[in-house]
This record gives sequence, structure tokens and C-alpha cells, in this order.
Amino acid sequence: MGLFNSELKVVNIGLESFRQGLNDAGVKSVQAQFKPPLSAETALFAKAAKAAARVDKANRKALDRILGARPALAGMGVALDVIPGMKRDLILHAGPPVAWDRMCGPMRGGIMAALMYEGMAKTPKEAERLAASGKIKYAPCHEHSAVGPMAGIISASMPVFIVKNEAGSNYAYATQNEGLGKVLRYGAYGPEVIERLKWMEKTLYPTLKAAIESLGRIDLKSMVAQALHMGDEVHNRNRAGTSLFYRAIAPAVIKTCPDPERAAKVLEFVNGNDHFFLNLSMALSKASLDAGRGVKDSSVVVVMARNGTDFGVQLSGTGSKWFTGPAEVPDALYFPGYTKADANPDIGDSAITETNGLGGFAIAAAPAIVQFVGGSAADAVNYTMAMYGITAGENNIYKIPYLNFRGTPTGIDVIKVAKTGILPFIDTGVAHKDPGVGQVGAGVLSAPAEPFRRAFEAFAREL
Amino acid sequence: MPIRTTIKKGAYYDSVALMQVAKKLNSVPGVLDSAVVMATRENKSLIKASGLLTPEVEKAGENDLAIAVSARTPEAAEAAFKAAGELLDKKPAPASPGTDRRAAGLDDAVKTLDGANLAVISVAGRFAGTLAADCLDKGLNVMLFSDNVPVDTEVALKKEAVKKGLLVMGPDCGTAIINGAPIAFANSVRRGNVGVVAASGTGAQEVTTLVSNEGAGISQCIGTGGRDVKEEVGGLTFLQALEMLAADEATQVVLLVSKPPHPSVMRKITAAVKRIKKPVVAVLLGGETKERVKDDFYPARTLEEAAYKAACLGKGLKASKAKELIYDMNLRAEELAKKEAAKKKNSRFLRGLFSGGTFVSEAQVILPEFAGPVLSNAPLDKKYRLKDSVKLSGHAVIDLGEDEFTVGRPHPMIDFSLRNRMIVSEAKKPEVSVLLLDLVLGYGANLKPLDDILPALAEAFKANRELSIVASVTGTEADPQVRSRVVRALEAAGVLVMPSNAGACRLAGEIIRLAAKAKR
Repeated sequence: MGLFNSELKVVNIGLESFRQGLNDAGVKSVQAQFKPPLSAETALFAKAAKAAARVDKANRKALDRILGARPALAGMGVALDVIPGMKRDLILHAGPPVAWDRMCGPMRGGIMAALMYEGMAKTPKEAERLAASGKIKYAPCHEHSAVGPMAGIISASMPVFIVKNEAGSNYAYATQNEGLGKVLRYGAYGPEVIERLKWMEKTLYPTLKAAIESLGRIDLKSMVAQALHMGDEVHNRNRAGTSLFYRAIAPAVIKTCPDPERAAKVLEFVNGNDHFFLNLSMALSKASLDAGRGVKDSSVVVVMARNGTDFGVQLSGTGSKWFTGPAEVPDALYFPGYTKADANPDIGDSAITETNGLGGFAIAAAPAIVQFVGGSAADAVNYTMAMYGITAGENNIYKIPYLNFRGTPTGIDVIKVAKTGILPFIDTGVAHKDPGVGQVGAGVLSAPAEPFRRAFEAFAREL
Repeated sequence: MPIRTTIKKGAYYDSVALMQVAKKLNSVPGVLDSAVVMATRENKSLIKASGLLTPEVEKAGENDLAIAVSARTPEAAEAAFKAAGELLDKKPAPASPGTDRRAAGLDDAVKTLDGANLAVISVAGRFAGTLAADCLDKGLNVMLFSDNVPVDTEVALKKEAVKKGLLVMGPDCGTAIINGAPIAFANSVRRGNVGVVAASGTGAQEVTTLVSNEGAGISQCIGTGGRDVKEEVGGLTFLQALEMLAADEATQVVLLVSKPPHPSVMRKITAAVKRIKKPVVAVLLGGETKERVKDDFYPARTLEEAAYKAACLGKGLKASKAKELIYDMNLRAEELAKKEAAKKKNSRFLRGLFSGGTFVSEAQVILPEFAGPVLSNAPLDKKYRLKDSVKLSGHAVIDLGEDEFTVGRPHPMIDFSLRNRMIVSEAKKPEVSVLLLDLVLGYGANLKPLDDILPALAEAFKANRELSIVASVTGTEADPQVRSRVVRALEAAGVLVMPSNAGACRLAGEIIRLAAKAKR
């Protein structure tokens, strides 16, 4: 039907005041935000457009595998025994690869804590010397099927959750969440940190392991789907997820733990830590996204991770290559006494949740934490809505009640990111830049442009 | 005067938004001039012309925002930077659920507004082409307000649009009225049976308001962008628009507005006009249609003549009735001219300071027969080019919308500050006898024109006792500024206001002619 014979409906891109004439004339219009594309190499956009059919098909395949994944908690084990490639002298960390001399404060502090926890150093000084000596090897968690929040440190003796993708054959691993206060993942390394880690190894771990064994498995995917309906986005809010996990595990703990005192302590620990579920939602995301790896010509992002220095991205179609750029300081609400000047640049593997259509991508499901994104529920909805513009599809299981149970935006397409300039939206905790201080706030940020520009350009060149 | 600059790295802002910031900066006390631009190569070379290019701006990259301020004191410059920071950081009011949500991009917008059929694009030219192509892909018609879109991009977009049966208005299309809705720089006009195709934005505003003010109305007004009628583009949009209006039942009269098209394009347009079974009125400013195109074809020399002919035809009258309207206007003008001419002793020259480019062309069509040769920075004939756009000599008409005036500044229809300065500085010259101005109302234009222009007019009259100021006001009663309110205030300030730019030109010319005759 011709323009003159239809109701005029206008998309206005650019000067917003042009809508006044339309409003006065009773014409419906929508303001579309415009951002310049990330890359100035227009030939690469043309190349990507030409290969669109091929890329779409590949993305469909990658997304089908990600959405089809069935991650379940299958058990627990000690890192050295279960994580592929784990060694005594190897420490896994969050984000893309980074050498000791470029590591940020919280990551260094976390490593020092791990070395003392492992008994390889007695004092922080000794730990620091050892860490810098070259005797200790470092590798990203992501290169060992693992993920860790904030500093993301995993050392050989740490107990880990084992999450299995029951629709495939891949596994993902994550440590138990330490709770708040002085904790290793924020770079604290005092005696109380080590003491808590030891308790988690000697008491929490065997109790949970026995309980999980008695249950056989715990379906994490449906647990996340329910948590989303209960106000979590399972990155910055895990209260519902933790409660659901508690409901599942508590009877099994009672049944399998011979010591009621110990059982009570373990259950209190889980119950008292609203973020206990975070490490599980991260491992679930990792298990799902790893299923989507290695699809030729797919521009779907399978990893977003930060080490507090760099922000790194991996794509399904570009193998194990990292594309990195400087990590930025989040826009945050700070705890009393702290300011942005205290904040470390963005850190942690927890952006794996956003990569999986959760976290910031699902923030419309979590009205309770909208103070992080501007204060109104509409702001949260807008952030989620914006992400539909850069994803390859929508989730089949994770749905948002407010959006009439629309699936969350899932499968970030680097071509769409590069073309629209819309960057993935992440909500996150903020670490103090100095080791040992801990968390100073929580907030949100858009991923930096640089890693996505690099990833797009490398991907498009190979097409 | 020292120039101070600040650079914001990696901060993209829409150029039109930046112009609005620049406008505010120019109103900061003590600020003489300012530019707020993305530091692209083109912008750098353009602000160099206005003397605002500093080494810092030179070094900045195309994704950096450059703010350059020339101010009387460092404090004024600081105040300007502070104001700029506040304006740039201002976030749009957060939306409440279910109301006006900003879409995150084109995909989101199309999903949000079911049945969207027109995209209005006003982002920086280097991004506009790709965006327009995406819009066409999504089945949207496009109005490209952006300029600086390469001509091969324009051709590619228009060919694609023709193939898809969609319309691409522009690039550099300032005005359209679709299904009664004013788009970009456009006026609130009556709906009616006159369909307009215009390769000029100001031309479109002038004819649609004149038709409307004359009691007829507009069915559609399709802008093509000025380059459409050049050889490279071949009139792709113009021809499409003619076909659409030919087929549109609500359109009974077709009105064409353009500068003279390239001969190859003219032939195609003529052929298309012959096929239209409706009366066609055409004004090709600075050109003539000698050919007898068809029986119900009505060439016109000015926008005014074209608009009145179309209005008469639209009301079921004969086109020749238009002459009577113009005749009546001239009677009044002659009376006014006599009175004004009597004041002149030493002053001789006319200076036209225009915000609408097409009015500068129209002025050059009309003025010479009254006043002799007229110089311009946008001359119809190259031999009348002004050597320097800011040093006016003889009779001169200036287009303040030309690049040398607008880079880093808002369009003169929005920001009057530059023209206000010129009104005063020209009035202070004893040889200046008549100032000729246009005031364009409507959406997109300055919403408070009186607040901005009246002080400058008062200062001008005070500076020059012989001065006459003649103006046209392009607009309607339904415009946000309300035409009659503006006219009354200007008249109260001593300005001679005419219903059309052509009428204003004739009055200004007649004053000059009579004054010269008296001296002889």
C-alpha cells in the first residue's frame, strides 16, 4: 500500500525536536537512538552483508546449541582432580590472559591469598615474591572450562562445582561463593580469608558434595528460569536463585550430614549469602556457551570476561582467539566511604551471564535492583530492550514476566554490535583497586568498544 | 581575541544536537563566537574559515568532540565550557513504563512501532547513507535531512528505492509534508488538493504557506533534495514524486519548485508532466520554461506567482486570477515605497540578509529590474559573486545558510545571532538604505523569533535614521509561532512586512528605485 494511503508512522533518527510537528499532527512516531558504527572499515561491513545468509545460518546453529544446552549440577570435586589441564603450580584467573606485571590489585591480592591457602607461601610478602617469580603459571579460567567471579582465582586444592551440559558432553567448573566482606575474589588475603577458604574446603564442600550425590543432579536451567520470574537476573541479584537452591539442597544436607551442628552451619552459610547462586549461574552459562563454540562463520559471542586490566571477547567462529581492549570503571553506587576513585576497572568472568542472555540482558526481570540503572523500572526495561538489537535470537527458557514472557535477548552478534554501536550492557560488583580491601559498590557499564571492534574486523576479514 | 578549546575524546554527538549547544554558547555573555563540532576533516577545514581552528582541534580525531570558544575574557570562555558540558550531559527524561520509549536502534524501532513507513534521518552525513540503506531494506520510505552524503550514495539509494517502490527524499531535504504532517522544517498548513514537488526546502515552505494562507490547501509536499535534478542523479525522486501525485486522488493540482534542472533531467520532467492529467504549475527559479508543455501547464517566475496560481487552480478559479492578488499587493507596496523613499538622502544600497537559500535566488530574479545588478554569495550568475561574504558592497543579498556561515553553528533559521550582528553592522553603514529580511516560521525553526530579532532591529533603526527594513514572514496561523503575532510585532517595531518574499523584494526594490530617481 502506498505511503499516501496508509497511516503515516515515523521512525525519527537524529534530531529529536522533529517529533514535535509529528506529535502536533497526531502522527505516531518513535525516536531511534543512533550511534556510529564501531569500525570505520566500511568494506568489512559490505563483506559481512554479502555473507549474511551464511553467517545467519551459522549463528542459528550456534544459538541452537546454546539454547539447547541442558546444564545441571552434576557433583563437586577438587580443582586438581576435575578441571582439565589443572596443575599444582597453575593458578586460573578471570578474564583474558594477563601476566603478573599487568595484573590489577585485586587479582594480585587474590593470587597471594591462593598461594597462602595452598601452603606455598607463609606471609603476604613471600606470596608476592613467589607470584612474581615465574614459578607460578597463570591461565584464564575460560581456557579450562571454568569461570570465576571478580578475580576469579582457582588454585589446585579448591573445591569446585561440576556442571554438566546434559544435551552435549561438555562440563563447566566454578568455585563455591565465599560470601561478602573480606574475601579472596575481591583481592583480600588476610588470615580470616584463608580461614574461611579452609572451612569451605573442609566443611562446606564435603557436606554439599554428599548432598548433591544423594540427589543425583540438580536441574540448574529450570532453577534460573524460575529465579527470573522471582526478580533475579542471576548476576547482581541472586536472592531467588539462592533460595531455590537452598530449597533443593536442604533436605539432602539433613539426610546426608551425620552431624546436625555441621549441617546447620552449612545451611546457614548458604542461606546467609545472597550471592551463593552466582557461581552456579556462571557455570551454567559457561556450560551453555561452550556448547556453541567452534561453529564456522558464526559471529556469536561465546565469552565476555574481564581481568581488571583488559576486557576480552571470544567468538564462536574464531576459535580460541581473544579480542581485547582496556577494561573500564563501572558507573556504580558506592558503599559509604568509597568513590569512583577507589574503584578497580571492571573485573570478573561473571559477564558470562550477560553472554548467556542473563544479568544485564535480563535486568527487566529484576525490578528490585533498578537503583543500579537509574532508579525506575522503565530504565531497566529499556536496557533489556536495547539488547534485542544486538542479539542473534531470544531465549526459549529464560523469560521476562514484564515483557509478556518474552525470551531474554540471547547470543550477542558481534556484527550487530559493530554496526549499531550498541554495546552489551553488564551489571556487576565493583572491587577496590587495592588488594585486600574488597567490594566497594555495585553498578552497571556498557562493555568497551575496542574488543568488539577488533573481534568484528578479524571475523569479517576471515569471511 | 584568544581562542580556547576543549576536546572530549571518543564522544559522539549528533551534529544537530551540537548545533543546539553552539547556539546556547553564543548567548553566553562575553562569548563572541563558538564552534561545537565532531573533529572530522571537513569540520576542521570549515571552522578554519571562521578562525576557530586551534592546534588542539587540529590534533583531535574524527571521533572526538571539539569545543572552540572565542570570548572577551577567560571567565566567559569557562562559563561557555561549563554550559556546554551541562548541555551535552543532559540526559533525556527517563521514560515511564508503557509510554514514550526510545528505541535502541533501527531494528528495535521497527519492532516498537508496528507499521512504520517513514524514516526521518538527521544524523551526520557520513553515517546517513548506510542508515538510509538499512531503512529501505526494512521497507521504510526515507527522508534524509542530513547533508554531506556523497552523490554516488544518493544515486545508489534512489535506484534501490525506485526498485522497491519506496521514496528517498533528500539528502539535504529540509522540508516535506506527508499526509498532512509537517516533517523537519515545515509549516502547519491546511490540507487540500495542491500537491507539491520541491527540490528546495525554503521554496517548499514558501509555496505551501502561501497556498494555505490563500485559502487553498496542500495534499502532499515531497522534498527531493537540491541535487536530485542534477545530471548525476537524473531526477530519480522528482520523477517518482510526479508519478505519485499523478496517481493520488486527493491531488488535483501539481506544483513544481526547483532551480533549473540539468537539461537531460528537464527533458524527463517535461515528458512526465505531459502525462499528468492535472494542471501543473512550475517555478524554476533563475530559469525559464519556454516550451509549451501542455495546455494546462502554468510556468511561473517566482515562488509567489507559482503558489498563487496553484492556490487559484486549487480553489477552482482560473490561474490568471493570481495576477490580481499580486497587483493588489503591489498597489500597497507602491504607497509604502513612496513614503520610505522620501526619507532617503545619502543612503543608496540594499542589503538582503536571508536565512532561506531559495529566497536569495528569488531575490536575484526580482531585484535587478528595480535596482540593477545585485551581488551575492550564492549568485544565480557567477559574474555577480561577492568577493567576500562578510564584506558587503553595492546591492547585495546574502544566504546565511551557506557553509561559510553554518559550520559549527546552528542554521540561521534557528540561531539568529549571526544575522542579528549583521543587521546591526550593516545598519551602521550610512550608505545602506534598505535591509531585506526573511523570517521563516514553522517546526524546526526558531520557536521564539521575536525575542531574538527585535532587539537587533531596534538597534538598527537607532543607528540609521534613513533605514527601511522590509521583511517577509513565511508561516501560517497554525504554526507554533503564529504568523499574525509575529507580523504585528514586527510592524510595531517599524518593519514593513509583506505576505511573500517576492512581495518583500518588490517593495525593497521599489524603495531603492524611487530614491534613486529622486536623486537624479
